[in-house]
Amino acid sequence: MNTAVARGPGETPTTDGRVGRLSRFFSPNNRYLPPLLITCILLGGQLEFGVLESAGRTLLAIATSMVVEIVLARVVIGKWPHLASAYITGISVGILLRSPFLWPYALCSSLSILSKYVLRWRGRHLWNPSNFGVSSMLFLYPAAVASLSIQWGNSLWPMITVWCIGSIIIYRLKRFHICASYVGTFLLLSWIRSEVTGNPWLSAVAPLTGPMYQLFVFFMITDPPTTVRGWLPQCMVASLVAVAEMGLRLNGVVDAPYYALFLVGPVANAVDLAIGSRRAAPS
Amino acid sequence: MSKAPKQAVLALLLVAGLFGPLLYSRGKRRAEADVARQQAAVDRYGMSLEEVAEASGIHFVHSIPVLDPKLDNIAPMIASMGASVSIVDYDNDGWDDIYVTNSSPGSKNHLYRNLGNGRFVDVAEQLGIADLNKPGTGVCVGAVWADYDNDGYEDLFVYKWGKPELFHNDHGKAFTRVTDRSGLPDWINAGAATWLDYDGDGKLDLFIAGYWPDYVRLESTPTTKIMPNSFEYGNNGGRKWLFRNMGDGTFKDVTREVGLDSTRWTLAVIAADFNNDGMPDLFLANDYGVSQLYINEAGPNGRRFREIGEESRVGHSPKSGMNASVGDVLNSGALSIYVSNISEDGVLVQGNNLWVPQAPGSLRYSNLASAMGIELGGWSFGAQFGDLNNDGFLDLFLVNGYVSGKPDGNYWYDFSEITGGNSSIISDAKNWPAMRGRSLAGFQRKRLWLNGGDGRFFDVSQAVGVTDTHDGRAVALADLENNGSLDVIVANQGGPLMLYRNHVKPGRNWIEFELKGRASNRSAIGAQVRVKWNGQEQLQEVAAASGFAAENQRRLHFGLGEAKAVDRVTIRWPSGRVQTLESPPIDTINPIEEPK
Repeated sequence: MNTAVARGPGETPTTDGRVGRLSRFFSPNNRYLPPLLITCILLGGQLEFGVLESAGRTLLAIATSMVVEIVLARVVIGKWPHLASAYITGISVGILLRSPFLWPYALCSSLSILSKYVLRWRGRHLWNPSNFGVSSMLFLYPAAVASLSIQWGNSLWPMITVWCIGSIIIYRLKRFHICASYVGTFLLLSWIRSEVTGNPWLSAVAPLTGPMYQLFVFFMITDPPTTVRGWLPQCMVASLVAVAEMGLRLNGVVDAPYYALFLVGPVANAVDLAIGSRRAAPS
Repeated sequence: MSKAPKQAVLALLLVAGLFGPLLYSRGKRRAEADVARQQAAVDRYGMSLEEVAEASGIHFVHSIPVLDPKLDNIAPMIASMGASVSIVDYDNDGWDDIYVTNSSPGSKNHLYRNLGNGRFVDVAEQLGIADLNKPGTGVCVGAVWADYDNDGYEDLFVYKWGKPELFHNDHGKAFTRVTDRSGLPDWINAGAATWLDYDGDGKLDLFIAGYWPDYVRLESTPTTKIMPNSFEYGNNGGRKWLFRNMGDGTFKDVTREVGLDSTRWTLAVIAADFNNDGMPDLFLANDYGVSQLYINEAGPNGRRFREIGEESRVGHSPKSGMNASVGDVLNSGALSIYVSNISEDGVLVQGNNLWVPQAPGSLRYSNLASAMGIELGGWSFGAQFGDLNNDGFLDLFLVNGYVSGKPDGNYWYDFSEITGGNSSIISDAKNWPAMRGRSLAGFQRKRLWLNGGDGRFFDVSQAVGVTDTHDGRAVALADLENNGSLDVIVANQGGPLMLYRNHVKPGRNWIEFELKGRASNRSAIGAQVRVKWNGQEQLQEVAAASGFAAENQRRLHFGLGEAKAVDRVTIRWPSGRVQTLESPPIDTINPIEEPK
């Protein structure tokens, strides 16, 4: 590209050019930004605390996810896929799933990617891929897998850092309102749960301070292909996920957030698609 | 291929992926159950266990610690330890006796003297080693025996969440409390302890591992901030102590000098020579974090311990270590280490670890628990290796179960909710949801995994008679009838002491060794014995503490299968002397004294 043409009127080639590149880098169109963020979280957690069950298992999840994506994209749509999404799916599976075995990582990644190609309606897949994979594994194979449930280290600072950096990036990607709606609703409902159960509020809110929720909030509920259209509907769906989660939590379901998104997400997407097609239909 | 068939194939793939492994594992389980039924006959396993505690005169029920009311919300969880069992022949009459700890204020420990006729009688009170739970002194957690003054009689050390106690054995007639002049500290919130001769001077030294932080007093605590700061990276537990035996009845704290700086939450320790250099190393199984392996090395100012958990791989993945026992599971002449952890379907699947060295003496380990079928037990505590069916391969007995409360009440959800939280939340007990009598991994069964000799173990616990679901803590193995079969003694938290008498199939041969050191410590702790027969070799080492809050019989027991003879026995004494025995008699206990 000719920089003279690309540069706007009055822009200097030095400062404003750098700003422009930075702006483009942090724009919603940059598909490498979410993978970069999740990689940073993973590397930080692994280097500082050794959080992964094993690096090999995470690599297996990532590799499986990308290979299945390539194969299915070639076979089903005849194109070479952009692998950012598969990479995020694989890395999410590698972090969120805990198992002493290898096979759950490969199976979960495969199921996640497969769900994108199979569980579709009106040209869109309905489930967030890694949410589908992880939820299925937790539900069907509880003897072999569990979800990430521990804290990364003992300090508050890693958690605060991830929340801050993640929030800034998600804000730039114009999806911060989804995270904020979910977190706000979760906090409010955790107080209600605390009142209902008689448990300390801090115990009800404790999960939010763990790394699993960082991934859940930044990567699962904000996934563009599986969120509804419009600012307000997105906020409403995020809040509905938190409400469903509260219902599950009050019934003692350990993996409540995954199942809540598993239940609410596709229904919301289907409604969104139905409304969209009705609007698009000629009167 | 057109679009519709493609979609159908993909849908089929998705369904197969979702449910295929499920159907496979169900089919496999059915097949295993059929095999279990077919093999129900005791003859197939070469052994059966019969619970005979009551019939043998053992009527002991453990009572749990009582805590400060500020901790009431999670008291069952905190007060979940204290049941221990250690085996000792305290009076040198040739019959192994059983010592068990109790934990509620005012409750008594028991020493069951083996009368040699299948009956036991409690003599702890008359010998002065019963009343160790006096209010204000803390609660008993475990005991470990060894002859620290080399007078030929095993002395007693009782570790507590409280004041540690040392008793001198007065020739099997009485015990003298020598704590006050021994130099031991006034208070240690100990989770484990063992005897070892770390400097090779022929006198046994004492290692004690703290569990709770040193400032904690569970009976009366000014603060509720006593919990670990992380459930996988906890490092705010109790300090470690190594006391050098000065040879005059006193012990000197040399912990800092030798480099033992861990403050992890240790629940089990075993001292053994992992690198074949003749000196005992230390393996620590830590709750809320990684295990630690301390290698005993020569330093410029004496012995030093260097921690190599990470590089050896045993300290790579943080779990909830609650057991440390060693065994030559492959008859390869190398000691593997078994660490128990927590596995609960759908909540936490840590899996137990079997750390197998890549070669004898190698300090690189691989976890083969899954491959060998001994990974999933439940909320696991103590485990011991021993050849229970005398087939020549070490089997594994594992006890499980954490808190059995209301059968229909389950605390797992609340537990998993808070343990994912930040340290500032979880480290304060008052933030924890109240248990209200609910169970947490309660009513779990024990496992007896028989070693098939082909690298696989299979669980026969139900078939051979181990059916209780008390909250198992400690397990010890001992040939209580001197008949060549290892009996199993299980201490249950808040439950009865269980004595499983072992009936081994006739025709299975065995050999036992009772070692006495001369230049080495009299208990021969640290001695290694290699038995060669039928073209195979098995290594065992004399240890004090083994498992969780347990000590096995001092003798070493080897099953020989149907072999009629042993080719050679090699004994490496702690002094370094090597002794070889050619074709010693089998089906008998061989008393061996260290040559001059």
